[in-house]
Amino acid sequence: MPAETPLTPIQAVATRRFLIGWWPWRSAGYLLTTLAVGGVAFAGLAVLAGPWLGAAALVLGREPGDTWPHPALVGLLLVAGALLLAGGGPLVTLPLAALERFRLRLVDTRPVSSARRRPSWPGFGAWARTRYTDPATWRELAYAVLLASVLPATALVALVVPLGTAAVSVAAPLILRTDPGPVALLVTQVGTPEEALPFAAVGVALVPVCAYVYALLAGAHAALARELLQSRGRTELSDELVEVARSRARLFDLFEAERHRIERDLHDGAQQRLVTLTMQLGMTRLDLPADSPAAAQLDKAHEQAKQLMSELRELINGIHPQVLTDRGLPGALPGLAERCSIPATVTAELPRRLPSPIESTAYFVVAEALANVAKHSGAANATVSARTEGSLLVVEVADDGSGGAAPEHGTGLTGLADRVAVMAGRMEMSSPIGGPTLLRVELPCDPSSPQSG
Amino acid sequence: MRSEQPSIRVVLAEDGVLLREGLAGLLSRFGFEVVAAVGDAEAMSAAVAEHLPDLVVADIRMPPGFSDEGLRAAVELRSAYPELAVVVLSQYVEQSYAYDLLDSGRADRVGYLLKDRVADVEEFAATLRQVTAGRTVVDPEVVRQLLHRRRDPLSRLSEREQEVLAHIAEGHANSVIAQLLVVSEGAVSKHVGNIFSKLDLPPDDDVNRRVLAVLAYLRGTER
Repeated sequence: MPAETPLTPIQAVATRRFLIGWWPWRSAGYLLTTLAVGGVAFAGLAVLAGPWLGAAALVLGREPGDTWPHPALVGLLLVAGALLLAGGGPLVTLPLAALERFRLRLVDTRPVSSARRRPSWPGFGAWARTRYTDPATWRELAYAVLLASVLPATALVALVVPLGTAAVSVAAPLILRTDPGPVALLVTQVGTPEEALPFAAVGVALVPVCAYVYALLAGAHAALARELLQSRGRTELSDELVEVARSRARLFDLFEAERHRIERDLHDGAQQRLVTLTMQLGMTRLDLPADSPAAAQLDKAHEQAKQLMSELRELINGIHPQVLTDRGLPGALPGLAERCSIPATVTAELPRRLPSPIESTAYFVVAEALANVAKHSGAANATVSARTEGSLLVVEVADDGSGGAAPEHGTGLTGLADRVAVMAGRMEMSSPIGGPTLLRVELPCDPSSPQSG
Repeated sequence: MRSEQPSIRVVLAEDGVLLREGLAGLLSRFGFEVVAAVGDAEAMSAAVAEHLPDLVVADIRMPPGFSDEGLRAAVELRSAYPELAVVVLSQYVEQSYAYDLLDSGRADRVGYLLKDRVADVEEFAATLRQVTAGRTVVDPEVVRQLLHRRRDPLSRLSEREQEVLAHIAEGHANSVIAQLLVVSEGAVSKHVGNIFSKLDLPPDDDVNRRVLAVLAYLRGTER
């Protein structure tokens, strides 16, 4: 990733200005404070783990042949220690974790929020139940254990060893001038200032290396702290939400594609056969004498086949209107208005074809809205308009009916809102009692991706 | 309805093999001569160029794109061959299709029919003859939908005038309309005259005015 403004020491190491920037100092500061906080953590946890320490002392201090300590006592101490740690641990780690999240700002500019759940009820019982059942509590405890042991130890080694080596190497010529005697340097020993000079040079060269060591270790510590202390929940939740939204959109696309396929299959298969069959029935009828009983039967069959044909036609058109595929919204919306039992005027002037899912959604919105108008509003007139405003498709359906429409009064509007939400659109409705009603839907459509279904 | 005239030569374009065969059989039976039966719009244009038929019967939706290729090819054919009669079969009633077709060429010798009409074989054959003879036929379903609207200038027409206009759109002559509505032919002529004046149609030749009346409907849905 481009590290223009690095967020962590690890990213900073990769930049060219690393050595002259603040990062080495910040990293060193972080490691130094790790030593201090680690000490506090160790003290806190040592109190809780006191029984364990006692048990260890007893067992280790045993003389051969001693009957003391009794194994049961050791077991009791171990259990007591575990109970103390589990019970009191969270109490120690709560303030510790807060302090650590604060300290993390030294080396990580990204915000860290606590992963702790809020108790859903007031009172100590609810608080305790929430605390002790929250995975975040136990992650914080694990961090506290590390902070009392491994982290300060590694910080100490990293702080002292390279810097100490560099310091001794640089100082060696001076030491040798005042105090003759071999000085151990790196892997060898030197006896004179002249011999020590190259080592001094190496020592000088070691100083920037220290900066890198600090940054890498501080970065590793910070990553560990972030992993164990931050609200994974929140990022996970938002990631999951994004994923859910995406998968919903994918499902919707799949559903649309499937509708297309079903419509095509029915049209190419069942519908063609049915039209052909009905036509053949009509042809056969020509060959029968008009007054024969067979002719009467055949007439009935012919009528039924015609009925079926028009029902199937309506069904297929409902699945996916062909005209929408061919001509987009300006071609398809007038037909919807035609079929509405209330006179509806359509204004649809769009500069271009829109992506097929957007068109389908807008068509569905208008179809549902007009159905609602016809069923509930008592309107005398309705108007439908579709236009683009920037990268938005704005669809409005208005009627002069009695108003009082609300999403909670019926599934129709809820279904509309869902369809619009899938497309990351917005739906607004104004329907005061007494009317008029206006439904406005905004659908974002990327003008750079025109497609036809 | 066999006629003694030379048989009408037809190019048939329909992508469904079953239906294509069936239609070809139907046309032959009613004395049409099917000179070519093809399955896509390109082949249709080629067949028309080769056979110069009297009539083209085309499905709107054909390969490769399965959208309105058939219709677009038909519109092009009408401007290329002004004498060619064209009947387009549509799975659904859509004014925008009908309007495109009627607006092409001189707006005569065209038909826009719902595919289902082939079930009524005799009427279908008769309709094809009417179109070949120079009439314009719009599917009754289209007209029904148009009459459903209460939209200017059509709202100025009385109910009876709207009925008459519906029959005009179906391609009937005044004499036939008179029979259908059980009135005198004179009464029909009067209605037709009223319709023309209410729709502000210029007293041009009669056939064109009849077509323009239908177009007035169709335009009303285009805005």
